[in-house]
Amino acid sequence: MPEVKLVNVTKRYGKIVANDNVNLTIKDGEYVSVIGPSGCGKTTLIKNTAGIIRPDRGEIYIDGELVNDLPIEDRGIGYVFQNIALFPHMTVWDNITYGPRVRGWSPEEARPLAIEMLEMIKLSARSDAYPYELSGGTQQKTAVARALISRAELLLLDEPLGALDIKVRGRLRYELRRLVKDLRLTALHVTHDQEEAMSISDRVVVMKSGRIVEAGKPFDLYTRPNNIFTANFVGEANFLKGVVTQVSDEGCLVEIADGLQLMTDSRDERVGDLVAIAFRPEFASIGDNEMSNKLTGNVVDVIYSGSIVRLKVELTNGDLIVVKKVLGFQRTGFGIGDSITVNISPRNILMYPYPKEGLYKELALD
Amino acid sequence: MPLIRLANVSKRFGEITALDHIDLSIEDGEYVCVLGPTGAGKTTLLRTIAGLLEPDEGEIYIEGRLVNKVPPEERSAVYMFQQFALFPHMNVWDNVSFGPFIKNWENDKVERVTSEILDMVRLGGRRDALPSELSGGMQQRVALARGIASGARILLLDEPLGALDARLRVELRSQLRRLVKDQRLTAVHVTHDQEEALMIADRVVVLRNGMIEQIGPPHTVYSKPQSIFVASFVGGANFIEGNLAKVEDSGSLIEVRGGLQIRVSGRGGTIGERVVVAVRLEDVSVGSGEAVGSNNLSGRIESATFIGGSIEYTIRLENDIVLTSKILLSDAFKAYKTGERVVVSFLPDRCYLFPYPKIGLPKEIEAI
Repeated sequence: MPEVKLVNVTKRYGKIVANDNVNLTIKDGEYVSVIGPSGCGKTTLIKNTAGIIRPDRGEIYIDGELVNDLPIEDRGIGYVFQNIALFPHMTVWDNITYGPRVRGWSPEEARPLAIEMLEMIKLSARSDAYPYELSGGTQQKTAVARALISRAELLLLDEPLGALDIKVRGRLRYELRRLVKDLRLTALHVTHDQEEAMSISDRVVVMKSGRIVEAGKPFDLYTRPNNIFTANFVGEANFLKGVVTQVSDEGCLVEIADGLQLMTDSRDERVGDLVAIAFRPEFASIGDNEMSNKLTGNVVDVIYSGSIVRLKVELTNGDLIVVKKVLGFQRTGFGIGDSITVNISPRNILMYPYPKEGLYKELALD
Repeated sequence: MPLIRLANVSKRFGEITALDHIDLSIEDGEYVCVLGPTGAGKTTLLRTIAGLLEPDEGEIYIEGRLVNKVPPEERSAVYMFQQFALFPHMNVWDNVSFGPFIKNWENDKVERVTSEILDMVRLGGRRDALPSELSGGMQQRVALARGIASGARILLLDEPLGALDARLRVELRSQLRRLVKDQRLTAVHVTHDQEEALMIADRVVVLRNGMIEQIGPPHTVYSKPQSIFVASFVGGANFIEGNLAKVEDSGSLIEVRGGLQIRVSGRGGTIGERVVVAVRLEDVSVGSGEAVGSNNLSGRIESATFIGGSIEYTIRLENDIVLTSKILLSDAFKAYKTGERVVVSFLPDRCYLFPYPKIGLPKEIEAI
C-alpha cells in the first residue's frame, strides 16, 4: 500500500502550463479522484505520476522514494486507459498474462496469479473469450486485471469508465472501489464525471487551469466548498451577487437587492464587501415557514426529470434561482406564473468574495 | 398532420434487425428524444429519417410527402453527427454561413441570419476563431448554429452532447431545448442518457432491439413504466421477486422471500403466479423506529454512498433482500451510518407489478 507524494510539480506544453506547482499527497490505501473541466491538467497529473511524462520541475515520491528518473515499469503501478486497450487477437487469459510473459516468467509462475485475477473480476468462466465477445464493461474489468497481475499496489485510472454506457458505468463504479479496497491498493482516478468521483472516492481533488483548487471528502466538498469554482463544478448551485450589510456572531447579512436580504452563518467578510452567495437547489424549501431567509418570486419554468422537479423562479429583483424537489405522491401543484416563497436556512448559504473578473468568467467551464 | 411519420419501418443489417416495424408520428415543433441502450436501433432510426439509410420496408413521410426516395438534402431535415464535423480550416463565421452561402441567398440575408444565430448560441464574439481554438462545448454550439442556419426545420441530433464533459453536458441541455423552441424547430434527439432525455424532451421514445418499448411524455414514461425494461432503463428500480398471494379491491399482496408480504396497488394475474415488484430507489424511504403496517420492513444499512446531491443507501432486510434507497439532500436531511438498524417503507401505489419475465429477471435487466 504505497503513499504517493507530488511536490511542486510543474509541466509545460509550449505556453500552456498543464500542471502548475501541484502539491498532493495520496495516503496509503486511499482512493483519490481528480476532477475538473477539459484542459484543467488532470490527465497530465496522472501521467506525471505514472512516469508516462516527466515533470519540468518538482518531485514525485512513491513510498518515500524519488521516482522522477524511474521508468514506468519500475514504479510498481498498474495503469488503466479510457480506451480499453486489450489486444484484440488475444483471449482474456493471454491478455491478462501478457505482462508476466514479457517479463520472462514461466507459465507455471503466471498461472496461479492469472487464476486469482480472473476470480477477482468474476470472469473465470470466460478466460478463453476474445475481447470482442465481451461487453465493454467486462473488457474494462479485464484491463484492470491485466494492470494488477504484476502485483502493482498503486492503481492509476485514466477515465477508466469513460467509454462505457452510463448504466454500465454506474454499476462498475462500485465494483472498482470494492476491488481497490479488498486488495488494499492505493488508487488515483481521473474523471470528468463529478458524480462518479463523489461515489467512488475517499477524497476528491478539483483542478482548474493546471492548479489544485481544492481537495476534500466528497460530502464536505459538496456541502461546504471553500472555493466558488468548486461550488459550481461539483453539483448544481444558485449564485447571487450581494453586499454585506451587517456582521454579527450569527453570521453575515447580505443584501442582494433593494429589500432582499439573506442571512448566512459564514462570517468571513466585512461590511461593505461585494460577495457572491451560493446555495444548492435541493436545500431550498418551498412554503412559508419560520426561517429567517425568505425569497419570493414567480415560477417561470417547471422542469421534470424522473422523480425530481426543478422550479425556475424569478425573484422580485429579476434574478433567477432554481429550486429542486422530489416529487411526492401527489404531483407538484406548481405551474408557470405561480407566486411562491422559497426558504433557505442560513447554514446552507455559502458566501465567497465576488470574483474580480466577474461571476460568469470565474465559473465558465469552457 | 404530423410533420414526420414513420409507418411500419424496418431496416436490417445482415441478420440483425435494427428497426422492426416502427410506427412513429412527430408533430411540428415537438422535441422528441429517442432513448435506448447501445444497439437498440436509435442511430438507424435517425439516419432513416435523415435519408442516409433507406428502409427495407415501410414508408417515411415528411410534411405529408413520401420521402423514401428523396435525397437527404431535400428533406428539410439536417442530421448532426455525434462528432461535430466542422470544417477545420474555416472560421466560425464561414462554418455557420456555409449552408446559406451554397444556397445562394443574398449577401445581406446571409449576413443577418448568420449573426443572429451566432448571437443566439452566444458565440457572436468568436466569429473569427477557428474550430481548433474553441473548446468542445463551443464547437458543439457552432455545429448547432450551422445546422440551424441551413434553414432546415427538422434537427436530427445523434448524441449531440455525448462528446462533452459531464458537467458541461448538463449545462447545454436546457440551452439546446430553448434554442429549438425559440426557433420553432422540430428536434429528434438520440441519447443513451435517460436523465438527458427526461429533461429535454416533450416526448420520449424508448427503443429496445429495434422496437418501440414505450412512448410518451417524460413524466409518464418515468412514473408509469410499461415493462421491467423501461423501469430499469429509465430511472432504475429495485426489483423484488415474489408470488401473487391475494387480490383485493385495493390492490394485491405479494409474498416474497422469508414469508414477508408486500402490498401493491396494482391488480391482475392469477393467485400463485410468479411476479416482479419494482420500486424506484427514491420511493424507498428510510427511517428509525418500529416496523409496523404494510411495506414497513426492518433491516440494516449495509452501505451509504454520497453521490453529490443525494445519498444512496443499500439496506439488507431481515429476509435477506437488499434494497437501495436514494435520498435527495434537503434541509431536513438526516444521515444513517453503516450497520445502523432502520425501517424502510414504500407506498403500495409506488410499486409497479409485472409478470415474471420469460427470460428470467437477471437476463431481462442485464440486457441493459
